[in-house]
Amino acid sequence: MRVVIAKPGLDGHDRGAKVIARALRDGGHDVIYTGLRKTPSDIVRIVNDEDAEVLGLSTLSGAHDSLIPKICNHLREAGLGNVIVFAGGIIPERDLELLYKSGVRAVFGPGTPTSDVLDFLEEALLRKQNKHPIGVGDDLGWHWN
Amino acid sequence: MALELSNINELLELAISGDRRSLSRLMTKIAESPQIPKFHSESSWTLGVTGPPGAGKSTLIGQMVKHWVTAGESVAVLALDPTSPISGGSFLADRIRMEGDDLGETVFVRSIASGNIPGGISPYIWSMCQALSLCGWTRIVVETVGTGQSEFRIAALVDRLLLVDGPDRGDIIQAEKAGILELADVIAINKSDLPRAVSSAQSIRTSLALSGDDSREVLLVSALEGVGVEKLISTIESCEPRSERNEMIMRERLISEWDSLLVTHSEIDEIIAKLCIGSITVNEAIQILSSSIVQSGE
Repeated sequence: MRVVIAKPGLDGHDRGAKVIARALRDGGHDVIYTGLRKTPSDIVRIVNDEDAEVLGLSTLSGAHDSLIPKICNHLREAGLGNVIVFAGGIIPERDLELLYKSGVRAVFGPGTPTSDVLDFLEEALLRKQNKHPIGVGDDLGWHWN
Repeated sequence: MALELSNINELLELAISGDRRSLSRLMTKIAESPQIPKFHSESSWTLGVTGPPGAGKSTLIGQMVKHWVTAGESVAVLALDPTSPISGGSFLADRIRMEGDDLGETVFVRSIASGNIPGGISPYIWSMCQALSLCGWTRIVVETVGTGQSEFRIAALVDRLLLVDGPDRGDIIQAEKAGILELADVIAINKSDLPRAVSSAQSIRTSLALSGDDSREVLLVSALEGVGVEKLISTIESCEPRSERNEMIMRERLISEWDSLLVTHSEIDEIIAKLCIGSITVNEAIQILSSSIVQSGE
């Protein structure tokens, strides 16, 4: 799948994002990395121009609760409701529900084996093929973890 | 197939009307179509940018894009990066170097995995360029994967070619070698802020002069500091497509179309399997593939 890995907001640490990007590449995906400090509208434009099927958002700054829902809303408004969104980084347990409600389908914290992310994408692709809700604009009942 | 084509034409119309979502979908459709849709634009302006890995192609394109946008052009970039021969995946990171500022609506960047295409560049790139031109993009740039001396397929697909190299890339013997140097319209030695850039540029100028060719400029630029970019752009803008290159271009275009017919052939996997077990020879494989390509009227 074509996957955009993005770093939203003011956060200069992308070791995690690069590890994920590398793991997805080795799993046979085409990975586009945005680089650091992207605004929600930058990210939505990149997802559109690259015609990505999946968006992975990595954030360590603590701003996930405002940035990620904003990005999900922008995606829906831009007609990109089919895009599958997952998140990673430092995201406290109490914020998971908020992210799932905004359209995120999986959240991967520190220590996650990279194979988990690949398993998630495999499942996500299966759901997409079977027309089960999985995009950011679909019904939001299902999430991976 | 007919449905597919009407779908593509519909996307093209929406993209021409300015719908960016359709433009992006159109690029994907062109890449995925089993038969490459052919578009033709009367006024396309295309530039290929090639050179070895790490020469600074993406960073330099980023600088050029800024200049063009300021001058009121709308710029589309097709950036190729390699596909892993092991996993089939890719890490497409050219756009990081081009996205210093928010580029906005007048810039379109699409990353493309090179795939297992001979020469590293698929003939559908040409169709993408034509479609982008029809949609009103006035400067269309194709960045190749980092190349060696012998990958010049790109020359077949663009109107003008910029070769970017760095300083300290060997001596005059390197510059004497035939290949991409002969096809480039403009040659830029990037990283002019580093030592030896001047002598690298001089080596190449000497080499060109020895072959009686002093029509081409060898420019020093620093993509990092933005030095020399204006001169580079004006040189590229004013270069006339060279007529003596036409034969080479047609040759490359022919080979590239043939390659693509071959690699997208419906029986190719089957034939490779037969080759692996030795039930046919390579010559027989060529016979089978080429005769069915001829029969299908391609």
